This record gives sequence, structure tokens and C-alpha cells, in this order.
Amino acid sequence: MSIQSVEDTKVKAFPVKPAEVIAFTAKARRRISPLAIARRLATALVPPAVVILILLVVWQLACSSPTASLPPPSQVWNEAYDLIAHPFFDNGPQDIGLAWRVLISLQRVAIGFGMAAAVGVALGALVGQSVWAMRGLDPVFQILRTVPPLAWLPLSLAAFRDSNPSALFVIFITSIWPVIINTAVGVRNIPEDYRNVARILRLNQLEFFIKIMVPAAAPYIFTGLRIGIGLSWLAIVAAEMLTGGVGVGFFIWDAWNSSRLPDIIVALVYIGVTGFCLDRLVAAAGAFVTRGTTAK
Amino acid sequence: MTAYLKLDHIDKSFVRGGQVSEVLRDIRLTIDAGEFVSIIGHSGCGKSTLLNLIAGLTKVSKGAVLLEDKEVDSPGPERAVVFQNHSLLPWLTVYENINLAVSKVFGRTKSRAERHGWIMRNLDLVQMAHAKDKRPAEISGGMKQRVGIARALAMEPKILLLDEPFGALDALTRAHLQDAVMDIHARLGSTMIMITHDVDEAVLLSDRIVMMTNGPAATIGEVLSVPLARPRRRIELASDRTFLRCREAVLKFLYERHRFVEAAQ
Repeated sequence: MSIQSVEDTKVKAFPVKPAEVIAFTAKARRRISPLAIARRLATALVPPAVVILILLVVWQLACSSPTASLPPPSQVWNEAYDLIAHPFFDNGPQDIGLAWRVLISLQRVAIGFGMAAAVGVALGALVGQSVWAMRGLDPVFQILRTVPPLAWLPLSLAAFRDSNPSALFVIFITSIWPVIINTAVGVRNIPEDYRNVARILRLNQLEFFIKIMVPAAAPYIFTGLRIGIGLSWLAIVAAEMLTGGVGVGFFIWDAWNSSRLPDIIVALVYIGVTGFCLDRLVAAAGAFVTRGTTAK
Repeated sequence: MTAYLKLDHIDKSFVRGGQVSEVLRDIRLTIDAGEFVSIIGHSGCGKSTLLNLIAGLTKVSKGAVLLEDKEVDSPGPERAVVFQNHSLLPWLTVYENINLAVSKVFGRTKSRAERHGWIMRNLDLVQMAHAKDKRPAEISGGMKQRVGIARALAMEPKILLLDEPFGALDALTRAHLQDAVMDIHARLGSTMIMITHDVDEAVLLSDRIVMMTNGPAATIGEVLSVPLARPRRRIELASDRTFLRCREAVLKFLYERHRFVEAAQ
């Protein structure tokens, strides 16, 4: 009898509870939603804003004496106001807004990095697939990847006899190594079962590459691409300082030669923000492409 | 009449670092078309290796696998495998997973509409049509295995090879899937070879049970025919004398004559 009654109360209690919970969350969500979004935005934006403010104040105090060698933020704002406020002006061949310069540098990165991504994934797949290719190529890659970007520049200038292809080559050679190495690791980690599925279906090399290898190794490939695009952005700014042209790197060099320090500082901010956006862009592309891949 | 599938004096040994380890020795077995054969044995006895040999995923060291009198030594869709851990590609939906197989096997012979119909028919067969747009991560283990079976069936194989297909599932789900496989076997009349270490499962599903001795150099110890009429119902069989006799025979083989010796590992 007592067991019966216990079971009864349990049975009664069960359907009531979830119903309450569901109603509560539904109400709660509708009410809190805008507030929650505001709170989340605030937690994301307020701390960096405070830090930036503090840094600006310290910088202003540190550089406001007349003997300071670097300009304080107020001077940067006043002297480089045109660059800050009008990123898209165009007054002739060498007098263009910073956004145009960044776009020109980005275009170079797009070409150089695009080639590096294509060749890197293909080479990485080869190295990951074949034990002998790995034994032969891996030591070479490991040595070459430590060569700093600019060390390639004289050689590529000699080979291409032109500054633009040389800059592209420097981007290519800088960013290809992490793509190759990460792709190879990803390919080596493809589960044996996926390979068996491909073998039973008699997929040919190309079908295996497109349908199994690339999606299975995608998380690794995108890690490589993310490192690679960061490196190529580092490389292009440095390469442009030496090769000239209209990119943002050359702008800094030019500003230095004509002692326009505020311009350099504005350009640095542009470069930093652009690099950050590039990194996030590749990360977002990776998250989009590999959705569902990582979960088993 | 020659056998449908013939395992002809197969030896298999692996060489690793100069050390030869003999896994299978002198495997002789013939299987008729439409037969359901289980291979049972203790873990490490090489039963998965045997299945891989039939699938062509591993090459035999000596002897041959003959399917309709033709030697097979490489994998192909006519010997489809249902893997223990389903092996669905996680970036494809259920439908796309099966489509990968169907478009490869029937890309030339079936039109797009026919292929779609064929995919849906195989999904219906395992009662998974409702989840065709889900990804493997969004469905349960039993459902994944159903899709794995559908993918294998969609290749229209001459032989369906099941590698401990229900090993990773809970008892209730396993029973459901065993019934599903029995139903499919009855409807399609396909030839199936299943690796298992579950005695009840082997007796319930099989026409014959192949019992393997312990390794190294394992071989077929005994082959037991299961003379139970089909369709079989697990509840009725629970007290059936033939069922119990077969069950006892397998248990005696596994736990009396070929007891698993831990030291052998």
C-alpha cells in the first residue's frame, strides 16, 4: 500500500514540474533578452574601452613634455586628422587615403596567401598521405619555415627583377609552411574507418581528396590558414617597406623619411585592426566550414 | 554446384619489425547465397581480421577469397561493410552519407531521380527516412548504426559484412536492430556475415555459427547449424529446445573447450 502511494505521488509530481520549468524559461527569456544582450555587450566592450583609455592617458602624460621624442595622442589626432577622418580620399597617385593603401596591401595578401593556401593544402595532403614524402620533405619544411620573411626578399628580387612579384613571393613563402604542416597533421589523423569507407566505395584519389580528406582535415587546415594569414600580413607590411609602391607598408617608410610620426601611428592602428579582422575572418570561415565536423 | 563465397585455405600473418605473428591459419569455409553466417570467438582470435580479409581491406598471406569463383583481393562495394562504430562521415547529413555511396556505385547506371528513390528506399528499410537531413552527431547510437546498415545495403552488395554491428549499443537498442537485420535478411534474401561475441545474438540471427579457436594462429574450431525456422521471434525462442541446445553448444565451445586464456594475449 505504502509503495503504491509513493509511486502515485511520483507520477503526479513528474508532469507538473517540467511544465513549470518550461513556462518559467519562456517568460524569463522574453523579458530578460534585451537586457541580457546589453549586459553581454557591456561585459565585452567596457573592459577593453577602459584599458584603452588608461593607455591613452599614460601615453599622453609620458609624451607631453617638450623634449619627448614621440608625439602624444592629442598631437596625433590634430596632425593626422585627415588620415583618421577621411580614409578614402584620393588626390593623385601617391596621395591616397589609408583605407586605399590597406586595400592594396590586402590585394597582395589575397594573391600571395591564396596561392600559399592552394599549394600548401596540396603539399600538406601529399606529405600527410605518403610516408616517404613525409620523410623526405618534412626536414626541409622544418628548416625553411624558420627563415624570417624578409630574408627571402633579396633572393626573390634577384629572381623576379620586379618589386610586386617579389612581395607576393615573400607572402607566399612566409605563409605556406603552417598550412603545409597543419594539413599534413590533419591528413595523418584521418580515422582509419573513413579510409576504409573510401576503399570499399573505390573512391579514386581525387574523389578521396575532395570528399574525405579535405572535410576530415578541415579543422587542422583552418588552423594552418589562420596562422598563415597572420604571418602574411606581417610579411607584406615589412616587404612593402623595402619594395615601395602604394601599400600601407611603404606609407610607413615614406612617413618615417619625411618625419611624420603621427601618420605612422595612425597607420599602425590601421594595420593592427586589419590583421585582427583577417584573423577573425579566417576563424569564422573555419567555424562555418567545419560545423558538425568536430562533433562525433 | 560451387559455393557462393569460398574461403580457400587462408593464412594470415602480420610482420612488424621483423617479427612474424600468425593470426589465422588454414581457414576453410564455404557460404551459400542468402545464408546468414555468424563468426564468434573470444576477443583477439582474429575474427575481425577474417572479416577484413573477406572485405579485401587486408590482404591474405596465403590462400584466397573466392566470390562466385572469382578471387577478390581488394575492397569493393559488392562486399559492403557495416562498421562497429558506424563510420558515418560527420560533416555529411544522413542522406548525403548514403548519397556518397549511391552516387559512386550507381552514378552511371541510375538517373538522379532513381538514385534519390533508391536512397529513400534504403532509409525506409531501416526506418530512418525521418532523419535524412540530420547529421550523425544529432542522432543516437542505434540510429547511426541503422544509417550505417542503410549505407551498406544501398551499395546493393553481394555480401553484407557486419563487424560487431551492435557491440556499442545498449541491450534494448541492440534487440531492435537485431530484429531489423532479421527483417531485412528475410525481405532481401541477402548473404550476410556477422562478427559477434554475443552468443544469443549469434543463435538468434544465424543459419550457421562459425566458432573460432583462440589465437595466435586461430582457425575455425567448429561450425554449428542452427535449424530454427524463420521468421524467428526472440520471445518464443527463449524457451525453444533447439535454440537452447544451440546456445549451449556455443557456450560449451567458448567456455569449456576453448576457454579464453589471459596469458595468451
